[in-house]
Amino acid sequence: MAVCDQQDLFTYLLRLGDSGLVLGQRLSEWVGKAPMLEEEMALANMALDLVGQSRMLLSYAALVEGKGRTEDQLAMHRDVHEFTNPLLVEQPNGDFAHSMARQYFYASFAERLFDKLQHSADTQLAGIAAKAVKEFRYHARHAGLWMVRLGDGTEESRDRMIRAIQELWPYTGELFETDELDRRMLEAGIGVDLHVLRKSWREDLDRVLGEAGLPLPADDAWMHSGGRAGRHSEHLGHLLATMQFLPRAYPDAGW
Amino acid sequence: MYTQGLDQSDTRTPGPEEEAQLVQAFQARIDAEEKIEPRDWMPDAYRRTLVRQISQHAHSEIVGMLPEGNWITRAPSLKRKAILLAKVQDEAGHGLYLYSAAETLGTSRQQMVDQLLSGKAKYSSIFNYPTLNWADIGAIGWLVDGAAIMNQIPLCRCSYGPYSRAMVRVCKEESFHQRQGYEIMTVMARGTDAQRRMAQDALERWWWPSLMMFGPSDSDSAHTAQSMRWKIKRFTNDELRQKFVDVTVPQGHFLGLEFPDPELKLDEQTGHWNFGPIDWSEFKQVLEGNGPCNAERMRARQTAHQEGAWVRQALLAHAEKHEDIR
Ligand SMILES: [Fe+2]
Ligand SMILES: [Fe+2]
Repeated sequence: MAVCDQQDLFTYLLRLGDSGLVLGQRLSEWVGKAPMLEEEMALANMALDLVGQSRMLLSYAALVEGKGRTEDQLAMHRDVHEFTNPLLVEQPNGDFAHSMARQYFYASFAERLFDKLQHSADTQLAGIAAKAVKEFRYHARHAGLWMVRLGDGTEESRDRMIRAIQELWPYTGELFETDELDRRMLEAGIGVDLHVLRKSWREDLDRVLGEAGLPLPADDAWMHSGGRAGRHSEHLGHLLATMQFLPRAYPDAGW
Repeated sequence: MYTQGLDQSDTRTPGPEEEAQLVQAFQARIDAEEKIEPRDWMPDAYRRTLVRQISQHAHSEIVGMLPEGNWITRAPSLKRKAILLAKVQDEAGHGLYLYSAAETLGTSRQQMVDQLLSGKAKYSSIFNYPTLNWADIGAIGWLVDGAAIMNQIPLCRCSYGPYSRAMVRVCKEESFHQRQGYEIMTVMARGTDAQRRMAQDALERWWWPSLMMFGPSDSDSAHTAQSMRWKIKRFTNDELRQKFVDVTVPQGHFLGLEFPDPELKLDEQTGHWNFGPIDWSEFKQVLEGNGPCNAERMRARQTAHQEGAWVRQALLAHAEKHEDIR
C-alpha cells in the first residue's frame, strides 16, 4: 500500500464534506414548505444527517491539513471556486419531484461510496463512512420510493418526475468521474473505484424507474462536469452568500 | 397522509335524565383524577374544548416552524445549523402527535388543517412576530419554549389521556429547546459588542409577547373556570405567567441583559417579581390578524399546502392503484 500525501487526503475529505454540506443546505431550504407534515420531518432529518456527516468530514479534513482551521472556517470562509462538490448537489430544489430525484441520484451513489469507504485504510474515514452509509441507505430508499409514487401517481406527477430526471440526469456523470487524485487514493487503499459503483447504481436506478413506469435515461447522454475542480454553476454563489452571511459579516464573533 | 374522517365512538343520544347522570359520573371520574380515554362518554363541550385547544396547539407547532426556519439556512456555524434543524424537526413531530391526539376526539387532521388555512382556527400569536437577528433564535428557545413549558407541564396531568401522554413526550423536548436557546443567548450576551446588541434587541422584542403567551388575565379569560373544573387546566393564566417571570428574570440578569420593563422589581416579601402592565391592545391586534407577520405566516402555510397538492394527489392515486395488491 502506497503512502498517502496529506494534501491529497485533505482534498479528498473536502470533496466528501462539501457534497454533504451543500446538499444539506439545499434540503434545509425545504423547512416550512414541504407538501405534508411527514415530509417536513423527513426532509429536515435528511438535511440534519448531511450536515452532521459534513461536520465530521470537514473537522477531519481540517485536522489533516494541520493549519489550525476548523470545520466552520472551511464551511464559512471559502469562496465558490474553493468548493469541491459535484454540480448535482448545488442544483436548486425546484419542485418536490426535482428534490427527490436529486436526492435519489446522490444518495444512491453515496450509499455505495460510503459502503466501500467503511473498509478504507484510513480508519477515521472508515468510521465516518460506517455511520454515513446507514443514513444514505435511508435517503436513497425514501427518495426512491417517492420516484415510484410520483412516476406511478397522477399524470401531473408523472410529467413532473420525467422533467426532473431529464433536467438532472446530465449532472450524474460527474459523480463517477475518476481523476488523478481518485487514482492515488485508490492506490493508497483509502479511496474507492468509482467505476465499480456505477454498475450497481445504474441497476438500482433501472429497478426504481421500472417500478415507476418511467423511461430510462440514456447512458451516453452529454454530462456536465467541473464542480470537483471548483468550476461551479451560478447557483452555488447564492447558496454560499446565504449560508456564510453571519460569519462573514462578523468575522471576529464566536457563535 | 391525512385521514379522511373518523367515526365518533358514541353516536347514541342519551335522554336528559340519563345525560345528567352521565355528566355527574364523568365529573366524579375527573375529580378522582382518572384519565378520560377516547371511547369513554364525555360531554360535547368537553370534547369541543379539547379539540379547540389541542388543534390550536398543533397549529402553533407547525406555524412556529416558520420564524425559526427563517434562520436555518443562515445559522452561523454548522453546529448551530444542526441544532436548529433538529429543533424544528422536533416541532413538526409535536404537531404530528398533537394532531393525532385531537383525531382521537373525532376530528380529522384534514379538517383541522383546513380550519387553519381558512383562518378559522387560531395558533399562538407569538409566531406572528419576526426573527430579525440570530439572537432571536436564542430568545425563542429561551423565552417562547420556556413559556410553552410553563403552560405544558401541567398539561401532562390533563384529564384527557391521549393529550396528557402526548404532553409528557413534548415537554421533555421543549425543555431541551429551552436550554439550547438560553445557551445561544449566553454566547451572544458574552460575545462581541455587536452580538451583545443583538441579544439585548432580541430580548426587548420578545419579552412582552412571551408574557402574552399565557393569555388574558384570569378576570378576562372566557374558558379558565370550566377548564379548571374539567382538569384540562391546572393553573390560571396569571399564576403561570408569574411563575415564568420569576424563573426567567434572574436568568436574564445573570447574562447582564436588561428587560424592557421599568416596573420590574423583586417583591422582597413574596419573593415574586412584580412587572408592569401588559399592553393587551397589542395582543388583541395581533389576535385579530394585525401582527407584523400574520399575513406572511398564513400565506406561507397556504402556499406550502397548495404547492404540495399535486404530491398528495399522486400519493393517493398511487396507493389506490396498488390497493388490490395490499
Ligand atoms: Fe414544540
Ligand atoms: Fe420547542
